[in-house]
Amino acid sequence: MWMGLSYVCWGISAVLALWMLYDWFKVDTTYSEDVLTSSREGELEAVSEKHRI
Amino acid sequence: MTAAVETAQTTTIHGDRVSLLRVLGPAHVWALGVGIVLVGEFTGWNFSADKGGALAALIVCWIVGLLYTSVAMIDSEVTSTVAAAGGQYAQAKHIVGPLMAFNVALFLVFAYTMLEVSDAILLGDTIVAKAGVEGLTHNSFIAATIVVLAWLNYRGVLMTLNVNFVITAIAYVSIVILFFSVSPWTQGAVLKLNELVTPGNALPYGWIGVIAAFQFGIWYYLGIEGTTQAAEEVRSPARSLPYGTMAGMITLLIAAAMTWYVCASMMPWEYLGITYYPLWDAGKLSGSPLLENLLFIATLLSALASANGCINDAARAWFSLGRDRYLPSWFSAVHPKYRTPYRSILFLLPIALAFAFIADLNQAITFSILSGVLQYTFMSINIMMFRKKWPLGSIRRGYTHPFHPLPAIVLFCLCMVTFFAIFLGFGSQLIAMTVFYFLISLWFHFYRYKFVRRGDQFSMPWPKPQGY
Repeated sequence: MWMGLSYVCWGISAVLALWMLYDWFKVDTTYSEDVLTSSREGELEAVSEKHRI
Repeated sequence: MTAAVETAQTTTIHGDRVSLLRVLGPAHVWALGVGIVLVGEFTGWNFSADKGGALAALIVCWIVGLLYTSVAMIDSEVTSTVAAAGGQYAQAKHIVGPLMAFNVALFLVFAYTMLEVSDAILLGDTIVAKAGVEGLTHNSFIAATIVVLAWLNYRGVLMTLNVNFVITAIAYVSIVILFFSVSPWTQGAVLKLNELVTPGNALPYGWIGVIAAFQFGIWYYLGIEGTTQAAEEVRSPARSLPYGTMAGMITLLIAAAMTWYVCASMMPWEYLGITYYPLWDAGKLSGSPLLENLLFIATLLSALASANGCINDAARAWFSLGRDRYLPSWFSAVHPKYRTPYRSILFLLPIALAFAFIADLNQAITFSILSGVLQYTFMSINIMMFRKKWPLGSIRRGYTHPFHPLPAIVLFCLCMVTFFAIFLGFGSQLIAMTVFYFLISLWFHFYRYKFVRRGDQFSMPWPKPQGY
């Protein structure tokens, strides 16, 4: 049973790793780099917290 | 360049930037912090008994508890104000400066990646120990742990931390069940503390043994500061982060006390200090197959929860470095559907696998602890600078920690003691790591920093600091 479980673990690892690589390729070829890296730090705070200088 | 600026303006105007999702609440923050740490009760803390005896393990439980209470209080105040992914990295960037921030981010990535590696090795070794089958190795279980959890993290933070909440809660409840199953109110029936810990063997190496025990006493709470990495994904950072972190710290103090009491009352310190499975062993010694199996499953779940949280945190720290161009901005990509830092998750995946296959558990744990203590030392200096530059009343704080500067001083002193303890046990690794951070700092200062957009990296809408 344990050896079987070991093989199942290898199988699951391979399938999920391949899926992530496929999804990575799909995303990177569908969206532009500017969109993917458009996240900015602190945007929400800039709206909710205003301090007078 | 012009096209990039135009795109940025367009996305800002239309509000279609791809950013991390704000979907988490205090329970997720608790699950992240306690999830990372709880494995330390199932293995790790007990090696402090080997260094100084059972009583030393209890003394460091409380003193290191003081260290981490200071960490949690300080972290809660700063993070409730600097609510950005990267946690302590974002704090260092705003309060100390870029070089400190770069180093802190590396401390974070090393601490969490090495802890993830340790968790995966522990999980694999635990299954192999349970199976007792000749020819069965831990490699497949290590691979599955790291890849499945990376996939979970890739698919979204909400599901990742929902899973963490459930498995952490089960592991925690198992400690409570064990505690009440061995009649903790009656000595002599199952527990034999008065026979196992006597004035003659309580501190077999004297007080220097207590100092040496600090190195592994860290394991009672290592990683609770990881809650801050969720800062950009919680719905209300000012409320959720202090609440989740402090609740997590209280939870861990209770778990640590119960764990020590049960284990020290069932195993002699000579065995307690060398076993890899103190709680599972306690379950076996209770004589109940149900408890034995429960603690076996809980050991696996705690390792899974810890590795899961570590992947989450290491990826966010790496992602933040990319977003500020401290590393190539390629790493700052956010998945447009799952809203996770998917490239950072994928980049760190093979690194964790490689370390898990080639490193041994002790080395991985030591590198994780070293990076953690470096980070705590920074935090004690950071809060002093924070209070000096932006005194109370100058900016809005979600939480203000009491007794300042006492927690910062206590934290700094205890970090120094821990460094000395690590030097006693792993002096060469301490020196090697210090040299590594020194060289990488030179690289950042003389080469990498010219790529950083200096004005863009300071994002908090704060007034000028006092004295500037």
